[in-house]
Amino acid sequence: MIYKMTRRAALAGVASIAMIAAGATSALAEGWKPMKPVEMVIMAGQGGGADRLARLFQSIIQKENLASMPVLPVNKGGGSGAEALRYLKDSEGDAHKIMATLNSYYTTPLRTDIGVDIEEFTPIARMALDTFVLWVNADSDIQTMEDWVAAVKASGGEWKMGGTGTGQEDSLVTAMLEKEFDIKVTYVPFKGGGDVAKNLVGGHIDSTVNNPSEQMGFWQAGKSRPIAAFTPERLEVFPDVPTARELGHDIVYWMQRSFVAPKDMPAEAVAYYTDMFQKLSETEEWQTYTKDKALMADFLSGDELQAYFIEERDKHAVILADMEGDGSS
Amino acid sequence: MDTLALLADGFATSLSPLNLMIVILGVTAGLFIGAMPGLGSVNGVAIVLPLTFIVPPSSAIILLCAIYYGAMYGGAISSILLGIPGASTAVATTFDGRPMAQQGKAGLALIAAAVASFVGGTISVLLFTLFAVPLADLALAFGPAEEFALVLLAFTTFVGLGGDDKLKTIIMICLGLVLSTVGLDLISGQPRLIFGDMPGFYSGISFLVLAIGVYGIGEILYTIETSRTAPQVTPARITLRELGDGIKTMNKMWRTMSLGSFLGFFVGMLPAAGATPAALMAYGIARSTSKEPKSFGKGNIEGVAAPETANNAASTGSLLPMLTLGIPGSPTTALLLGGMVMWGLMPGPMLFIEQQDFVWGLISSLYTANFAAVAINIALIPLFVWALRMPFTVLCALVMVLCIVGGFAPSQKMHDVWLIAGFGVAGYLLRKADYPLAPLVLALVLGPLMEKSFRQTLISEQGDILAFIERPLSGTFIAIAVLFFALPLVKYLRKGGARSIAPAE
Amino acid sequence: MLIADRVIAIAIMALSAYFMWHAAALPIGWNGMTGGPGGGAFPFWLSLLMLSSAGAVLVRSIMQAPSSQHFFDSQMLRSVIAVVVALFVTIALIPVTGAYVALPLFIFWYLRIYGGHGWLLTGILTVATPLFLFFFFEVTLKILLPKGVTEPLFLPLYAMFF
Repeated sequence: MIYKMTRRAALAGVASIAMIAAGATSALAEGWKPMKPVEMVIMAGQGGGADRLARLFQSIIQKENLASMPVLPVNKGGGSGAEALRYLKDSEGDAHKIMATLNSYYTTPLRTDIGVDIEEFTPIARMALDTFVLWVNADSDIQTMEDWVAAVKASGGEWKMGGTGTGQEDSLVTAMLEKEFDIKVTYVPFKGGGDVAKNLVGGHIDSTVNNPSEQMGFWQAGKSRPIAAFTPERLEVFPDVPTARELGHDIVYWMQRSFVAPKDMPAEAVAYYTDMFQKLSETEEWQTYTKDKALMADFLSGDELQAYFIEERDKHAVILADMEGDGSS
Repeated sequence: MDTLALLADGFATSLSPLNLMIVILGVTAGLFIGAMPGLGSVNGVAIVLPLTFIVPPSSAIILLCAIYYGAMYGGAISSILLGIPGASTAVATTFDGRPMAQQGKAGLALIAAAVASFVGGTISVLLFTLFAVPLADLALAFGPAEEFALVLLAFTTFVGLGGDDKLKTIIMICLGLVLSTVGLDLISGQPRLIFGDMPGFYSGISFLVLAIGVYGIGEILYTIETSRTAPQVTPARITLRELGDGIKTMNKMWRTMSLGSFLGFFVGMLPAAGATPAALMAYGIARSTSKEPKSFGKGNIEGVAAPETANNAASTGSLLPMLTLGIPGSPTTALLLGGMVMWGLMPGPMLFIEQQDFVWGLISSLYTANFAAVAINIALIPLFVWALRMPFTVLCALVMVLCIVGGFAPSQKMHDVWLIAGFGVAGYLLRKADYPLAPLVLALVLGPLMEKSFRQTLISEQGDILAFIERPLSGTFIAIAVLFFALPLVKYLRKGGARSIAPAE
Repeated sequence: MLIADRVIAIAIMALSAYFMWHAAALPIGWNGMTGGPGGGAFPFWLSLLMLSSAGAVLVRSIMQAPSSQHFFDSQMLRSVIAVVVALFVTIALIPVTGAYVALPLFIFWYLRIYGGHGWLLTGILTVATPLFLFFFFEVTLKILLPKGVTEPLFLPLYAMFF
């Protein structure tokens, strides 16, 4: 690794002919290109929402020929992403590794001490923000947020709220709801969003805060009902569903879908990947996908992205502190 | 009747020359990927998924199905020839497949697996064609309590396996279950049993690591030690006539195979359960209903046929919740689901209404792939059997290299390779001391599902343990499970062996 | 035979105790608030059952009459140990020298030195194995194997095949 870096540094000032001699394929004035397949580390296991999205990116990159080397997804979902974070930390200066993140990027280092400081990582690009919506089974009588709160209160703490693992996004939104309405629910953790969606439709749980992409199929079939969206504005696909903010409850929560790279990735490589994702965000496939799945395609990169990460991490620290406080009571 | 016309259309597409070539290519590739210890259908499908944008969607589906089926068939090959299950679905196939190979009947075992897989695939595609839509609701009725009851049932069809030492069986089941809890506790979101914060354990201990360790490395070490005194493995031969005889033998197993198919399809259809419990239950039922249960585990051909019909039927069954509910039952179907989303299809209840040509095209591709897989598999059997005739030291060296690489490939962690070596040595010693290894591996596979669903149910029901019995579906399963558990126990007690079954506490 | 049985039973008991110690870091009782058992309950109580079962095996073996049968075949045990050591050395070498040096070395050792096969067969397999691995895993399946210090040698190959 060190050998390669010094060689590249030496080459920086030399003519491009020398670069071809060094074995870099079609080295143009533009500069850096990956010299070996790029590892795309995924902070989640195979088959989940994050994994599927990462593989969608891989497919678009391959189809549109956005990278000169293949991009290879590798799942390191252990410990809610702790495994991936540690792995990235150990790959300091590596120019051939990028990581697809979700909100466990902040929450995991906050919840358990794994010796990772996300400020050290190099931000690449934020591709999208996923949204959260409160859902109930279509057979239920609940039509509005007020009905929901009343039903939860009436159940005396036995209201079953399904979601992904404790400490992950769904449980945070649930905790925010509990705090806002001063209610208590029974939180049932499931392995993934799809599992949660199915259990809602099957009547095994009473409500969820699924991402729209996870409930879309059931919603279209008339089996589940959106109650309120936790976004600043109404979602295009559900024009009739009010936001929590409209109803006077300031709950807004996003799931970010971004890419980061190890600490000290060479600047040329950072520029290369940022450019690659920028192009990706402009492709037709991506545009259609975000629209269908009610994702907010909100591209962000560089220092702005880093500032966003840090701000979000601080917000999550507060939410988590609130939640743990409740947990011990 | 509309269905039939659509299915016919689907067949017309999948039988075009280009698509036939894709099927043959895909099945062959899948076969070899599946036959590698450590690699399975999920690897094959993941690799070709991005390629599917280059060919038209209908051909892409066919390619994916071909690889899926090819890998399912391939899994049986490594189970039988090397005794290493390539995927958890093929564990049950090793129980009798491996002994058959050791008796020089590898060819027959492979034929049995191929024919059984074909039968399972065929019956399940028929069931799918007829009942896909109404059955989707049944899958929804499965909540955590039902999942738990089902896993318990899968387990009890195995407890008291053969003539193994009961105490040692209990130890191995417990060890497997404890190892299955390593990693992250989903319910509390906390890491547990990571042994002094080793990042390698964050993602838990995967089935493949344990299976490659104990069945791959452990088995080789055991064979090395016993190779001086014990008779060598009988070299396998295969002739055309044996092939014909093999297929004739299969003719007598209709009961086992149809039972396996139905069971496989229905269990496979349930999200979260999938093909592994289906194969185990099919094996357990075949053994307990057989006229000569003693011969199971010693190379009974029905012990190969039962799990193979079931796991193939289950792989078709697991497409059902994926298509009708948008819930993948396995990592492979999750990837297929991802592929569909990329083609702009929306899996879920509306798919069968809005995208009928896609659905039936998929079904007919499955069928074509199944047919191609059985043909190619049988054609390649002589090659596989020939590979077994290599000198033992050559085979050992190559298998060990495959174990190392196959252990590394899925997770890309050296940690897993070390674990494989460790499990290999431990498995060798345990086997020498007559500890049964199958319960260990099975407990590791079923453990996570069992614990998760058990705790989910108790959380939902506010800690009320009676919930398992009160719910009609789970109550029925538990009743059957108790029956299965009690039967061997009663037999055992009657024989007067009560002394050694009670743990000395 | 019996001694080995006892040693293994004691090892399992020690392992169970070790598991119990780690499992106890999480709640092992009935977690009243959320309902159902805590995160450590499953591993803790199962380990306890394992511990007591292994204890029973130990007691049983002590009460049994001694047998003269040996646990290991002493002559072959040396082969087993040689293979295990070679395996561990190979695995340790992989991150350093890369899979494409360590694995052929293992094949060479196993076939030529341990197995006593001829130079021709050894040579063919030593060369063919890494070639097969490269084309099957890296080129076809796009699964990269560890390269260690040999990494720079692979850059032209990547340029050629990807």
